[in-house]
Amino acid sequence: MTVLVQLAEALASQKVKTIDLTFTLDPDFPVLVLPPEFGQCQPFRVEEVSRYDERGPAWYWRNFTCSEHTGTHFDAPIHWVSGKDLPDNSVDTIGVDAFVRPAVVMDFSVECAADDDFVLTADHIAAWEQTHGEIPAGSWALFRSDWSRRSPEAYLNLKEDGAHSPGPDSTAINYLIEQRDVVGFGVETIGTDAGQAQHFDPPYPAHALLHGAGRYGLQCLRNLNQLPATGAVILCAPLKIKNGSGSPLRVLALVEEST
Amino acid sequence: MPPPARSRAGLAFSAWAARGEFRLQVCGDCGTTSYPPRDVCPNCWSSRLEWQPAAPTGRLLADTVLHTSTNVYFRERMPWRVGTVEHESGVALLAHIHSDVPTPAQGGQPVRLTVRTDKSGQGVIVALPVEDTPHMNDEKQLRELSASVRHRRVLITDVRTDFGQALALKVREAGASRVFAGVAEPWKPFPGRDALATADHIEQVSLDVTQGDSVLELAGAIGGKTDILINTASHVRPGSTVGRNGLTAAKDEMETNYFGLLRLLQFFGPAMQGRAADGDNNAVCWVNLLSIYALSNWPAYATTSASHAAALSLAQGARADFQPSGIKVLNVFHGPLESEWYQPVSPPKVTPAKLARVVVDALEAGLEEKVVGDIAQDVMARWQENPAVLERELTQDGGAL
Repeated sequence: MTVLVQLAEALASQKVKTIDLTFTLDPDFPVLVLPPEFGQCQPFRVEEVSRYDERGPAWYWRNFTCSEHTGTHFDAPIHWVSGKDLPDNSVDTIGVDAFVRPAVVMDFSVECAADDDFVLTADHIAAWEQTHGEIPAGSWALFRSDWSRRSPEAYLNLKEDGAHSPGPDSTAINYLIEQRDVVGFGVETIGTDAGQAQHFDPPYPAHALLHGAGRYGLQCLRNLNQLPATGAVILCAPLKIKNGSGSPLRVLALVEEST
Repeated sequence: MPPPARSRAGLAFSAWAARGEFRLQVCGDCGTTSYPPRDVCPNCWSSRLEWQPAAPTGRLLADTVLHTSTNVYFRERMPWRVGTVEHESGVALLAHIHSDVPTPAQGGQPVRLTVRTDKSGQGVIVALPVEDTPHMNDEKQLRELSASVRHRRVLITDVRTDFGQALALKVREAGASRVFAGVAEPWKPFPGRDALATADHIEQVSLDVTQGDSVLELAGAIGGKTDILINTASHVRPGSTVGRNGLTAAKDEMETNYFGLLRLLQFFGPAMQGRAADGDNNAVCWVNLLSIYALSNWPAYATTSASHAAALSLAQGARADFQPSGIKVLNVFHGPLESEWYQPVSPPKVTPAKLARVVVDALEAGLEEKVVGDIAQDVMARWQENPAVLERELTQDGGAL
């Protein structure tokens, strides 16, 4: 039996389960809020074209608009200035093998519950590896914060000085890139960086370092609590948008039933 | 509806009345004041009739109370008091008479004159007591000719700004029975939210005018109990036409200022039309807050001006849609506002308190157009005098008037 036939059988028998890591594209779902003098991330918007009515008697369809960074979405290296000159740096040119990869889930939900501004460091990751083993090269590193289970207001957690949500510092990102050669970094929060990451050194370390090194980001993931620490495979193909800096997408995880 | 058809001269009287201005035709040759509106002077047959501000005083000579009418509008509103008033100028006027005006004795009863537009949008003259009387604005005939917020339910579409909040509080203070205060993106906090939350009879509702479903949902919930809608949703960004990089800001402006208005009209309009004659606390008025630069582009805020020009055009269309039901459209024109997006602009700027007061007063007076603040009044006067000259004034020296 070939590997794919085995996989197909495992899927049919539910030995391998498919888990949806995606938020519904919903006009009310929060988007990143930048200082008002900057261009803003457009939320998901939808307008009806027809609904079995005089505009189209037998069919229902709509137009939708949104930013490349709305909802559960993928960040390509071209998104950040540090990655602007890399080859194959937009969603339409990235090698498709990056979209089907193993994933590790680093669970720091307890720490994040205790501290809205929890900062993930290289030491945290190294400690996690003590228990779960080294992160395999070419994996997606997913950071579980349980942020996706919060209310919309607590999700962005906007205060007078901006958003407060957990994220990595430069040591964590450098460790993942240089020591572990991950393909990308995925989070439950609105961005791969912490809410206050504009004050980090460098500012927005996840965006600046990951994309500068040709790695990718996944944001607004959910259901990470249903994934094992290691052993899942995720499918995360963005829309093939010409020169796209990112794209909303459906992220699925394949998880083997524990025996 | 009251009888709608008027001559062009009659429409001119209505257009002044819609701004709250009582004007009568005065002959440019012989100086005779005439009424009703006509094309030639009844004294000397000159066609040089000019609309001039008229003194707001006169004497009620005779009055009568109508108890029956063949007109279906008045049939439902009987009894109705009308009378003949001798104006200062000597001309006789037909007027609606407030019930607190005493019955005229020998020599006539002094009255104060004001103008209103009636439910068909036509200008009418109203005779009021010389001095205010208690609760005079609640009188049946006068209330029918106004759009007072008293006892009515008012939707303020966006209270995220100081202007929306000032309006919500002012409308409530002026006697609105309930205020629905629209909040978009409730996950984004805003200053003043808590103060609003503790205010009596002000209810925050979820409303995002850039989102069809949001408007539809709220219209489903409160469309049938919205008597006055005040559209405070606004998106303003400084920037010229050529100097601005890309379309995003301009699209955001259109999305709120133009498409937002259109969404509100499509979803709230029909429900309000259906309740225009629903007792004393009926649907009466739709209020748009528009930049005065909707009339003529202000190059420093070129795309904002363009979006407001589009909104003004839409408001004119809506006025025609609403007219058969008797709902008024009130356009309040303002200059630069005291807000973060007009920071580089020198004063005078319109404050939230001032705008709120003007809107409430304009509703009480039943106006269809109001211009607030020195700058906007100056621009409006120049526009009325000669739009082509105004355009040239606005395009020189960065457009600072």
